[in-house]
Amino acid sequence: MFRFILRRTLSALMILLVISAITFVLFYVAPRDPARSACGKLCTPETLALVRRNLGIDDPLPVQYWHWLAGVFVGRDYAGLGHCAAPCLGYSFTNHEPVLGLITNRFPTTLSLTLGSTVVFVVLGVGTGMLAAVKQGRALDKIASSVSLIGSSLQIYIVGVVAMYYLSDQWGILPRPQDSVGFSQDPVAWFKGLLLPWFVLAIIFTANYTRMTRSQLVETLAEDYVRTARAKGLSRRTVFFRFAWRGAMGPIVTILGLDIGYLLGGAIITEETFGLHGIGALSIKAVRDNDLPLLLGVVLVAAAAIVVANIVVDAVYALIDPRIRLA
Amino acid sequence: MTSLAEPPEPSTTAPFLPFLSVRDLKVHFATDDGVVRAVDGLSFDVGRGRTLGIVGESGSGKSVTNLAILGLHDRRRTTLAGEIVLDGKELLTARERELERLRGNRMAMIFQDALASLSPFHTVGRQIAETYAKHTGASRRESRARAVEMLRRVGIPQPALRADDYPHQFSGGMRQRVMIAMALVCDPELLIADEPTTALDVTVQAQIMDLLKDLQQECGTSIVFITHDLGVISRMADDILVMYAGRAVERGTRDEVLRTPEHPYTWGLLGAMPTLRAPVEIPLSPIPGTPPSLLDPLPGCRFEPRCAFTEQTLEGHCATRRPALPRTPAHGAACHLTRAQRGQYYLDYVGADTR
Repeated sequence: MFRFILRRTLSALMILLVISAITFVLFYVAPRDPARSACGKLCTPETLALVRRNLGIDDPLPVQYWHWLAGVFVGRDYAGLGHCAAPCLGYSFTNHEPVLGLITNRFPTTLSLTLGSTVVFVVLGVGTGMLAAVKQGRALDKIASSVSLIGSSLQIYIVGVVAMYYLSDQWGILPRPQDSVGFSQDPVAWFKGLLLPWFVLAIIFTANYTRMTRSQLVETLAEDYVRTARAKGLSRRTVFFRFAWRGAMGPIVTILGLDIGYLLGGAIITEETFGLHGIGALSIKAVRDNDLPLLLGVVLVAAAAIVVANIVVDAVYALIDPRIRLA
Repeated sequence: MTSLAEPPEPSTTAPFLPFLSVRDLKVHFATDDGVVRAVDGLSFDVGRGRTLGIVGESGSGKSVTNLAILGLHDRRRTTLAGEIVLDGKELLTARERELERLRGNRMAMIFQDALASLSPFHTVGRQIAETYAKHTGASRRESRARAVEMLRRVGIPQPALRADDYPHQFSGGMRQRVMIAMALVCDPELLIADEPTTALDVTVQAQIMDLLKDLQQECGTSIVFITHDLGVISRMADDILVMYAGRAVERGTRDEVLRTPEHPYTWGLLGAMPTLRAPVEIPLSPIPGTPPSLLDPLPGCRFEPRCAFTEQTLEGHCATRRPALPRTPAHGAACHLTRAQRGQYYLDYVGADTR
């Protein structure tokens, strides 16, 4: 297990390195000048040159990348801004805040959004999928399948806005979504403020989990070992959970891990719709402002989330299936 | 494989109280193409401590019959009719709860593909122990001890250690032993073995058959042994039931059916089987044609399209009237030929050819 983790961590670092390099190159392919936007309206050629030097973008591309990389591992000194300690992702071009600080500031919102909506879509999606599989071919199965198809074709920005209008503004059932109150400050306000985004974000995932759970279970319920379990005299419930569900879990956990990883990289549309300030909103800002350090920061967060999720998924899979663990 | 001509110990057809009695069983499946009559009016008995071998081609309804006995068929798609009586208890109309109490406890089943039939997610010890715990209410530790004991009885070396292994860590033969241990953990009175040796190589087959016989003698279990392999049947069975297209075509003791078979289909099965004694030059003679569709069965004898003797019947209604298997428990075949004719033709055309 230790060797597995070590090997996977090393390859994860390699992946992140490659991704940062690609992002770096892509940024300079775009024909836009970050110095000009940072310089403002009254921009003389002298100030522009100064800004360039301050931003560190008058060096050749490989040198810039090297400086950035060195900053990540050993820290970096900036003219006028001082030393930036070891995991240094640089300073934002636009407001000169440390990128790492911006990210850690925004991450709680993204984390809350992700975990909350994961609970919602796992409970709803897997639950409905289980019911549909047990009632295969019956009315309930057909209703669940149609509803999940409708659910998966809905768009967050429409459902979100409509739900917000009625539930918050018209009927006053829920407060308007907000993320200014952290869980540690006031759990109830935190919960109420995120309830709507959780459900709306969960809509698109729920349908997927319903279908996946149903099809996996339909398959495992027909397995020989499930029949054997019934032949042993075990009850339907025991057979369902201990055998059929156990067999169906693997692929679902895999997709779940990747979805969580994906969501931790920022739910851009959801955050925009509800005016939340997570990694997604930060990504939009970085792109809009041509803010290379910030962009690199959010890209790396998203990539790291996916890579870590992959490692966790593989480890969990080995726990579920002894054929993989003991192969 | 043992030759069919191997002299078996004399078996008796002494009257017995059937432990399992199947009467006029019908198993029909609803499919998109129509109703498949997988089993269509099947009757047989199994005596206490005896082994009934059910032989037939794939699709003859052997496995379907036995899934129906345990109540493991898909209830939504299947219609059942007839009677299945286990030790005086009617199973077809029994509630699911009652069946659950019987399954694994008084009647158990061994499947062909032990790798697919054992859960890949649980240790073999646990899989055996959970059956025991379910039916006896034994504690975790007692059940585990029982599981280890069963593994030892079926001949798994170092059973206490191997109990913690998963099915994929066993060889094919050992896995089938695990399967047998699991089926026998509650000392069931009826054991249904559905092609338990088919996936195994010949030496392992022989070991598994010996094991089943030994365990049967120890516990007095009745066995229904399903196979398409006549060699296996000749070794295991006291009585034989030959099935064709969802119906029984011949029934009798092992010696009766194997030595003086009466049904042309049984002749065909015997003719398609290699024997060690037959000269190599004599080719195996497969039964011409394929089994009929069970969607829309023929009104007459289902073997009629493949039968070489239809011209010889006295009244010539093979294609129109369904021959019945005589009710009396003695040796009999569902055929329109007279007994005298059958004996004659078997000697003249078939017996001489292969033996």
